[in-house]
Amino acid sequence: MIAPIVERDVSAIVQAAIEKHGAKRDALIPILSEINHALGYIPAEAFQEVSKQLQAREELVYVSKSQLFGLASFYDMLSTKPRGRHVIKFCENAPCHVVGGKAVWDSLCETLDLQNGETTPDKKWTLVTTSCLGLCSVGPIVLIDDDLYGNINPDQIDEILERYE
Amino acid sequence: MQTKRAMILVSNDPESVRLGANELIKYLTEALFAYDLQNEVEISTLSNIGTSNILPLVVVYPEATVYGPVKVEDARFLVEEHLYKGRIATDLVAPPKQLSGNIGWLRAHKGYNPAEQRIVLERAGRIDPENIEEFIAENGYQALGKALSEMTPEQVIEIIEKSGLQGRGGAGFPTGRKWKFVRMAKGEKKYIICNADESEPGTFKDRIVLEGDPHTILEAMTIAGYALGADEGYIYIRGEYGLAYRRLQHAIEQAEEYGFLGKNIFNTNFNFHIHLHAGAGAYVCGEETALIESIEGKRGEPRARPPYPVTHGLWNKPTLVNNVETLANIPAILRNGAEWYRSFGTPSSPGTKVYTIMGNVNFSGVIEVPMGITLREVINIYAKGMKPGSLLRLAQTGGSSGSIIPASLQDTPMDFESFRKAGVSLGSGALLICDQNTCIVDLVKVLMQFFRFESCGKCTPCRVGTQRAYEIVERISKGQGKLDDLDVLISLGQEMERAANCGLGQTAAVPIRDMLKHFKTEVEAHIRLGSCPAGVCEMLPEVELA
Repeated sequence: MIAPIVERDVSAIVQAAIEKHGAKRDALIPILSEINHALGYIPAEAFQEVSKQLQAREELVYVSKSQLFGLASFYDMLSTKPRGRHVIKFCENAPCHVVGGKAVWDSLCETLDLQNGETTPDKKWTLVTTSCLGLCSVGPIVLIDDDLYGNINPDQIDEILERYE
Repeated sequence: MQTKRAMILVSNDPESVRLGANELIKYLTEALFAYDLQNEVEISTLSNIGTSNILPLVVVYPEATVYGPVKVEDARFLVEEHLYKGRIATDLVAPPKQLSGNIGWLRAHKGYNPAEQRIVLERAGRIDPENIEEFIAENGYQALGKALSEMTPEQVIEIIEKSGLQGRGGAGFPTGRKWKFVRMAKGEKKYIICNADESEPGTFKDRIVLEGDPHTILEAMTIAGYALGADEGYIYIRGEYGLAYRRLQHAIEQAEEYGFLGKNIFNTNFNFHIHLHAGAGAYVCGEETALIESIEGKRGEPRARPPYPVTHGLWNKPTLVNNVETLANIPAILRNGAEWYRSFGTPSSPGTKVYTIMGNVNFSGVIEVPMGITLREVINIYAKGMKPGSLLRLAQTGGSSGSIIPASLQDTPMDFESFRKAGVSLGSGALLICDQNTCIVDLVKVLMQFFRFESCGKCTPCRVGTQRAYEIVERISKGQGKLDDLDVLISLGQEMERAANCGLGQTAAVPIRDMLKHFKTEVEAHIRLGSCPAGVCEMLPEVELA
């Protein structure tokens, strides 16, 4: 489970990400992915921190925090807003759609009482649609965190959701 | 569904029908009942794959034996010999010479069921992808050794050019020519990029290669590096492909350890390094200039072209960008020669193509077959037919921006040239097979939703065009469309094709174009009658105020 940010040192996480991927322009997306992975999303102070730390290093990479925010808002796997403890991704593309995806989506929305992009009040679930994950032969598919569920039908939703704390 | 152990395919093109194909099917069915095989053997149809003097043709799977001509009086004998007694009815076997190029392969490979021709996927699933020695034992790194020790860079490019290999990412650009452009481009520093940002909906062929045979890609990129004079390469892999990423990472470490990658490869003075770069979720990054922007740490917005990456690519240096499937062909071509490669497929589109099959069929998954086979063959042979109760209504070839074709076009050979002539795109090789329960308007609505979500927003024709197109199609799907909307959709599509900056916007309206070309009646039913013929769309006609 992800600890609240106040308890974690954003600066240390940023530093570790930069050490791992290097202070280079072509490492910006991997660095942000790393932070997103550690915190569940990228908070505003992380952009500030990345920008500051990169500038302070001898490689002298200057990236403004607005540029970093631009990156994070562009890529689907990076989030600038806090998410629930578990993120449900549902493939909404045609291959899953024609084999019964719509009914699965409706069932997810109804069960969780969420619309696309929303998080439950108890911060347990975030529900988002995603583009094709390349697993079309077992569609419709639902991805919960890193667990993949294929050949899903609406009746299985309750049972699957129960597996998560 | 009960699995059948064998399948009989009878050619039923007009010529075969004239020569008695329909009667033959009837007799074969009767013979199956006579031997009580009706639950074990399935009968289906096939397009013409031979010359007229051997029609009607019968192909029996899993052995892929081709019989022809088969007369009605032979039906019982054929069933008795082949399916009851289990031996080939040699007297009836069609002379191979009489078979068209499309069928030579049917017997070529019997290791798989049904027969495939695997070049790209030759090792995937057969070797341990995490063990370099298994790869080496299967001719791995042999082509690289050959290139470095026996060939000049020019000879490598020449053999690729002669093979006729075309880019498998979707556009079909001749690979050898692209290599030549980068080779000739001015500059000391050049880059090789493998485009592994496979995100075309319905496509997962590259994932199979990356997960099952990662060293092939490293070998091919290193060969390209040698041929083009580059010492650095990037694999841009989509962020969602975690397993493929880990396998590639492991493969790179192993290859460096064994001296196939890094400094002084094969004890020559050639050096080549490969970096692995994960994306973060953006369909548009499959476009080569957007991909380059993304590696450079920017938003994945496509650049204006020209200049093309072959002269101004990564960090503004000459760059080769090739798709995973394209690269996976390279080592095999170098090992076996251009002539060998040209023996597969059609003269204008040599080689094989990896297709991903999905939708309302009995088998979905990946197959690799020579270029030029037809959709009907794919459905009947490899997809094991439509699901029970399903009839082929339409198919989408090549992913989201691919063409939507009606059942009547299923006999078009699938190669770049024939498809281009028929106005169809082969794209990435995704084959989405849909039955009568699919509504074209609903399907196109889903596709437009995809494009408006994935449009990067840089250029107006695409940013606004995909949004407007979605709104209009959505309106039609609710029964609130107007006939004028159809004209607007057509002109919108034409403008996007003309004015959009990159392939995403230029082709986003292809499904709309095909919908209006092949399924206009169905669309009009939504508008004029306020009803969805397939019973999929929820109709919410506007309340008319009194």
